[in-house]
Order: sequence, then C-alpha cells, then structure tokens
Amino acid sequence: MDIFDLTIHELHDELMHRRISSVEAARAMLERIKAVEPQVGSFITVTPERALADAAAADLRIGAGDAGVLTGIPLAFKDIFLTEGIRTTCGSRILNNFIPPYSATCYEKLKEQGVVLLGKLNQDEFAMGSSNESSAFGVTRNPWDTTRIPGGSSGGSAAAVAARQATAALGTDTGGSIRQPASHCGCVGLKPTYGRVSRYGVIAYASSLDQVGPLTRDVTDCAIMLGAIAGHDPGDSTSVNVPVPNYRAALAGGVKGLRIGLPKEYFISGLDPDVQKSMDAAIETYRRLGAEFVDISLPHTDYAVATYYLIATAEASSNLARYDGVRFGHRTEAAPGLLDMYTRSRSEGFGAEVKRRIMLGTYALSSGYYDAYYVKAQKVRTLIMQDFTAAFEAVDVMLTPVAPTPAFKIGEKVNDPLQMYLSDIFTIPVNLAGTCAMSIPAGFSAHGLPVGLQLIGKPFGEESILQTAYAFEQATEWHLRKAVIL
Amino acid sequence: MKYQPVIGLEVHVQLKTDSKIFCGCSTQFGAEPNSQTCPVCLGLPGALPVLNKKVVEFAIKAGLSTNCSITPRSIFARKNYFYPDLPKGYQISQFEDPICQHGWLDITLEGQESKRIGITRIHMEEDAGKLVHADVSALEDGSGVDLNRACTPLLEVVSEPDLRTSDEAVSYLKQLHRIVTWLGICDGNMEEGSFRCDANVSVMPVGSETLGTRAEIKNVNSFKFVRQAIEYEIQRQIDLIDDGGTVVQETRLFDPNSGTTRSMRSKEEAHDYRYFPDPDLVPLVIGDEWVERVRRELPELPEQRQQRFINLLGLPLYDAGVLTASRALADYFEAAIAAGGTAKALGNWIMGEITRTLNDTGTTIEMCPVTPVRLAEMLKLIDNGTISGKIAKTVFDEMWKSGKKPLLIVEEQGLVQVSDIGAIEAVIDEVLTRESGQVAEYRSGKDKLFGFFVGQVMKASKGKANPALVNELLLSKLNG
Repeated sequence: MDIFDLTIHELHDELMHRRISSVEAARAMLERIKAVEPQVGSFITVTPERALADAAAADLRIGAGDAGVLTGIPLAFKDIFLTEGIRTTCGSRILNNFIPPYSATCYEKLKEQGVVLLGKLNQDEFAMGSSNESSAFGVTRNPWDTTRIPGGSSGGSAAAVAARQATAALGTDTGGSIRQPASHCGCVGLKPTYGRVSRYGVIAYASSLDQVGPLTRDVTDCAIMLGAIAGHDPGDSTSVNVPVPNYRAALAGGVKGLRIGLPKEYFISGLDPDVQKSMDAAIETYRRLGAEFVDISLPHTDYAVATYYLIATAEASSNLARYDGVRFGHRTEAAPGLLDMYTRSRSEGFGAEVKRRIMLGTYALSSGYYDAYYVKAQKVRTLIMQDFTAAFEAVDVMLTPVAPTPAFKIGEKVNDPLQMYLSDIFTIPVNLAGTCAMSIPAGFSAHGLPVGLQLIGKPFGEESILQTAYAFEQATEWHLRKAVIL
Repeated sequence: MKYQPVIGLEVHVQLKTDSKIFCGCSTQFGAEPNSQTCPVCLGLPGALPVLNKKVVEFAIKAGLSTNCSITPRSIFARKNYFYPDLPKGYQISQFEDPICQHGWLDITLEGQESKRIGITRIHMEEDAGKLVHADVSALEDGSGVDLNRACTPLLEVVSEPDLRTSDEAVSYLKQLHRIVTWLGICDGNMEEGSFRCDANVSVMPVGSETLGTRAEIKNVNSFKFVRQAIEYEIQRQIDLIDDGGTVVQETRLFDPNSGTTRSMRSKEEAHDYRYFPDPDLVPLVIGDEWVERVRRELPELPEQRQQRFINLLGLPLYDAGVLTASRALADYFEAAIAAGGTAKALGNWIMGEITRTLNDTGTTIEMCPVTPVRLAEMLKLIDNGTISGKIAKTVFDEMWKSGKKPLLIVEEQGLVQVSDIGAIEAVIDEVLTRESGQVAEYRSGKDKLFGFFVGQVMKASKGKANPALVNELLLSKLNG
C-alpha cells in the first residue's frame, strides 16, 4: 500500500512504529500532488518547503515521545483559512497576493498538534458556489470523473482527499460546502454545530452560517480531526463554551434502537434514481443493524433556499466590503478618485458570482426592502429552526440525501445560477438551523460516481452522528473504493 | 412671523478605557500612526470582534446617571458605508435595541425654572480611524490612513428635540460633559475630539405643533461653537423662510473660522447605511444584578452634590454650579470645608484665586500645590484677625510656591496683622502730618480723598494694619 493511501489513524500507527517517518510521508504526498495535480487541480498553493520543515519537526516530536495522533500527518487547507506568511486567496483575484500576518485558530490548533502543511486548496471564490467553478484559480476536477465538478465550495478539499493528495483536509460549510463536495467525491465531511469550531481567522462569507469542518477518508479520521479543532475560542464571540467530548471513543456505540428520522420533504419525486437507490439501500442497512425509522416532516423546507440566499448574501455584502483596495489585496492600477479606486478595484478583483451575491445582499438590506427581505428571511429561519427542534423530539438523528444528483458536468450549470443554487436544497436547512450534519459514502451511481448520505444531528450532537456513521461504515465498503484518476 | 427653534443634540463621548471596544489594542492618544493596531481593528480578513466588558460597564454608568433604563438584551448592528478610514467597510454600532433608552437630564438656566430634556437613547459604537494628508503632516505626498483610533469605544448620546435656544443647548451639553467626566468614563477633551457634538436644528412658527425640516450640523466641537452654529443656523433658516424659501433636509458642516454652516450633502445624497444585526456578536444580555452593582458603585452625581451645596451649605446656584464643574473641584471644596473653612469664603477663594492661578500656571485642581487643608488654615488666619485679606494674597502666593503652612509663612515674613490701636494711630498721625495739604482739602469737602489716606496708611504699615481699624480711626481723626 502506498503511503498516500493511508488514513490518519493508519499513518499514525506507521509513524509510531517508526515504519515510516513524517518526512517520508510528506515526500510521498508531495509526489502524489505533483503526479495528479494536472488532472485534478485541487491546490491553489503547494508549500513543499514548509511541508518538509513541519515534517522534520514532527519527526523530532515523535522521537521525543511527544506525539499526538495528528503529529506528522500531512494535511491541506481550503484557501479560506488564514496561514501566517503563506498566501491566502479565498479563491479570489482580489486576494491574489495577500500574505496574512496571522493564522486561523483552527490552523493554530492543528499546528500545535504537529500536523504537516502541504498547501492551500482550491475553492469557489469566497466560498460562493457549489461546483468550484467560480474560483479565480481555475476549476478543480472530480477525481472520479475529471469531466465533472467536485462540488463546492470546499471542492479542492474533497478532491484532494479523494485523489489522495492529502491525508485529510479542512473545509468550511455555509450551505453545504463541506457535505456536498464530500458526497460528490466519496469522502467523509462533517459540518459541526454553529459555534462548535472557532471562525477566527477564517475568511467570512456568511458569518451566521459559516462553520469549519473536516473532510476525511473515513469516520474515525473525521472524529480525530473534529476533536482537534472543536472548542471555545475567546477570539470568536459566537463560539460556544461546551465541553469537547472524546469523539473517537464514542464511535463504536452502534445503532441498536436508534431512532432515525426520514424527513418526507427530502425524498422528493425529482430525486435522481441512483441517489434514491443508495438511500433505500442505506435504510435497509441501518434496519439490519437494529435502527428504527420514523417518518417525520420539516414543513418549512421549501423556503430554505430562498431564505438562505437572502441571509447569506446580506451578510456577504457587508463582509466583503473590506476588500476595497485600501489596505490589502488588489488595487486598480490608476484611478482618478476615491470612488473610482473603489469601484475599479472591486470590479477587477471580484468574479461574477461574488458580484451577483454582493448585489443581491445589498438589495436585501436596502432601506425600504429590509423588512420584506432580510427581516422576513430571519423569521422564516426561526421557523426552520423550530422544524428541527420539533422533529428531534421524536428522533435521534435524521437521514437524507446530501444532494439531489451525483456530480454534474463542468460547465453544466454555470449559466443557470438558480439550478446551481438548488443543488444545495438538502444541506442548506441544516446551516439555517445551526445544527450539525455529515456526509458519508453510501454508494455509486450507474456512471461510477460517488453518492453521499447525510446524517443530521441535534445541536452539539456530533458524537451521535459520528457513531451512526461509523456503524454504517463498518457494515459497508463504499469508503474503501478508490478513484482512478484518468 | 415669529419662529420657534427646535434643537436636538447627538453627542459622541469617547470612553476612557485602556483598550479598544472590540480588541485588546491600546487607546492611547498620539502614538506613532498605525502602531496601535491588530487584525481586528485593521479589519483584516477573518478577524472577529470581541466586546470589551469595561465599555458596557461605562455605558451602564452613563445610562444610570442620565435616568435611562438599561436594555436587558441589546444588539450590535453594522452600519455599512465605504470610506478609507473605516477598515471593515462598516462600523459596529447599535441601531435597534441600544443599551440605554428613555432617559433625561434637568437643566437650569440662571433665573429660570429647571427644564427636563429627554434622552432618546445612548448606544455603544466603535470610532473610525483618521486620514492624514500630506499638507499637514510628515507624509511626503498623497494621503495616509492612521488606524490607531479605529475601534476606540464611543457612546452616542441622542437627545429628544426638547431644546429651544442655544443657551439651553449649551447648558444641556455642559451638564452632559460634567456627568461623563465626573463618572471618569471620558476625559472630556473637546480639542482632541473626546467629546463632540452634532446639532439637529429646525424652526417652526410659534404655536405650531408640526416640526420644521431639520438640518444636521456636524463638526461643532466646543461649547462656544455649539452656540455659534445653532444661532447661525436658526437665523439662516428663518431668513430662508421669510424670503419665501424652504429648508431642505441636509447635513451641514460648521466652519469655526467664519462661524457659518454650509451644505455637506442633501437627503438624496444621504447614505443608505443598510443597518443589520452584526452576526459576529451575540446579543448583549445585561441582568439586573449587573445593573444594580454598577448603580451601587456610582459616585454622588454632580446634580445631587450641587443641590447639597445649595441646601446644606447655603451656596447660591451659580457658586454651587461652578464648584461642581468637576468632581475633583467639588472634592477639593469639600475637603476644605471638612478642614474647618466656611463655605462662602472657601467658595470665593476657590472660584477666584485658586482657579485663576490654576489657569495661569496650566495646573489641574488635582495637582494644586495649595492643599484644601492649607487653604482652610489660611482662611482661619483671616477670620481670627491674624492677617488681613490683602496679606492673605501674599501668603497664598507663598504657599503655592513653597507649600509651607500659612502660619509659618506669616511668622517667617512678619506678616501678622497690626490691630494695636496706638500703633495704628501713630502711623495715621505721621501720614496726616506729611499730607497736611490733602487733609485741608478733605476737610473743605473733598470726601473722595478718604481712600487716598487709607492707601497711604496701609502702605506705611506695609499692608499689615487691620483695614477695619484703619478705617475707623482715620475717620474719627479726620472728622474729629
């Protein structure tokens, strides 16, 4: 088996037994990146020198007996995480040359554990997109079929894990940006409860929805990564001070007697037959394992996408105001006055999708429209939250598809933003409700494309969905299939 | 037609916290540009605000001292607009649900009943940075941005349109200034912009109940300018209406050099700030317990102390007002009272000689070299006839310089007042003999010369003669 095929926990065993050094692992990953990057395009920036330095330091720690489970593990980060001294673009031309002077809290936490930084991963510009096609640094291709999109906005993260370019990766999820690409690329992706992981140093798209989470090869790795990044951060007022459980220790609990809800609004007639087939099979598997199924309803699901595109764009229009060409980032070559400097810098720096969302959000917040759009959307958001609270009285977790279809073709939806937005209908409500959910591999389409299954948990119920996911993983082999990159 | 002006004030109070409102950077004034900044106040990508608890405490103090109710759950909002001194492209402020609401202050103008001025709201917000231009700085060319001030905590205090004259406006403003400096939450320095005021001014026909269209006047940063700006603006609006014109809603800038206001932007050009709750900050929940703790820690407020000075010490309104202009001054006065001085005499000395000398030497009352105890001791020496009021001035100057006890100074310099009748008569006789020509004139009816003789006697006694005795004895000798 190649080093790049190992999971975090497998590689950790190898490192602990000194069968592989961290430097060897880093070299293997860097070679793998070099080999498949032309076909996949997961990275915006590869940091080989940094990776080898991190690995050498990790080897010292391992030698000194001071290693944790993540020490020496080669990881890559969505380019939305600030990494001190290393270019951080957020997939945008406006941050083309931005070298941050500080690092995101979650990166700092992983750094303290001794992880190895391989580089920064491609994404939709400012995390706005579901296909990774809005990146200013070129598209990322799905390792299972390079004519298809990897999903987005953490498309680079999912593709890198699926293509074995990183042992695991970190992404962000505002409306499905971890789960949807994880589903399309056949990896495990978890969006924690809002407030579970610090957002400090993570470039904001929609502050009330953004959450950081891992993309990994299996559920165990997911538990390891989540445990390392979760927890209260005094630098993020919205991070919650709830103790971090030992997620890995809770994995093996099984699903006997577990009440799994099937929200009827998520099993619609338009669902792709391959996706439907995988869901049916998954339900059967869980039944066999002793879980009970309960039909439930989340009645306001229909309004989720519209609500999301008002709240997320409103927040984005304000969050992206700081990219004005004054202090950092792209500034237009020459402008006759201040207003020209602003408009030209921003026009040149932002891509079409980002501009579209800034305009949508600006409109939603405008005087005279605020009540009809933003305030109304907040009210609907409350109703959606209440849907989940009510439904969770009868069930422990929910099971749904992640996306209505497997990965679509590159270019297929680029000119139809509404169709693109609808690819997130099953993931968006979870962000609006602020709770946790994950995607796990649950089958393949007739074309050999991965299909993911979404498990939704109660707020701070990450242990419960990880446990449910682990039981499925133990009973199936979908996660063991490997993409053949052509 | 007769017009009734209507005025409301919006005051920005810069809070005297050590660190900024949403990050740990220092708020010290005058540091090297951009030396007091971090990712948060620079508005770098990914940076998030964390509320400074001290700011909340100061806001509660201000609210309780202006009779506001404290909002149990208040919300921070983003005010969106582009300007190079605003790093995030929005200012974190409060819009709906500000921390303090529905308060009031009473103002009393000389010779009038006191009047209650409503306070609509007090909210917390961050300040912007400032632009530095080449023509007035060390910058070689162009303009620079100094973000040291960005994220400095401010309170905005918004009054109801209850003010009717520039006198009332200035009185309200002084009252508010006294409160925030008294509480120690603001240094009150108007030149450095720690306390700045915008005025909303409109006029309506007397007897009307419909408010006229208002103009908002920016940049009025001294009590004097507030009066000037308001008076100019009232007259401008009246003249405009009398000439058949109409007042337009607009923002106007006050020019301190000409004492006039000029249009800055019209209503049409006004920003749409697109306020919305800041998703980076959770709602601020303030329990009764917190409010009550702050209430218990509040000092006696200037208004209360002023009343006490009037009621218990019998001071006139004016004196009580001056002596409570600052907490330190009022404390000084009370310390001197405690050391045994009489209120009226102490008040006169503090308002007169002390204030004058403080001003002349640029000293604050806290640093006054003549302590309250020394001042009281000196007044006792006047009271018991040891020195005259005139000599006291010499003693005071010496105390200021050396800090010595007044009695010691009097002894060292032989300044004890001469009240010995024989000694004074001897001096008077000497003067009258020397000035026999003037004596003759006086006796032939030129009464005015009496002052001349007093002066001569005092001079001859080197100021030490008891002035009352001099008067009495001189009068009997001249008329006798």
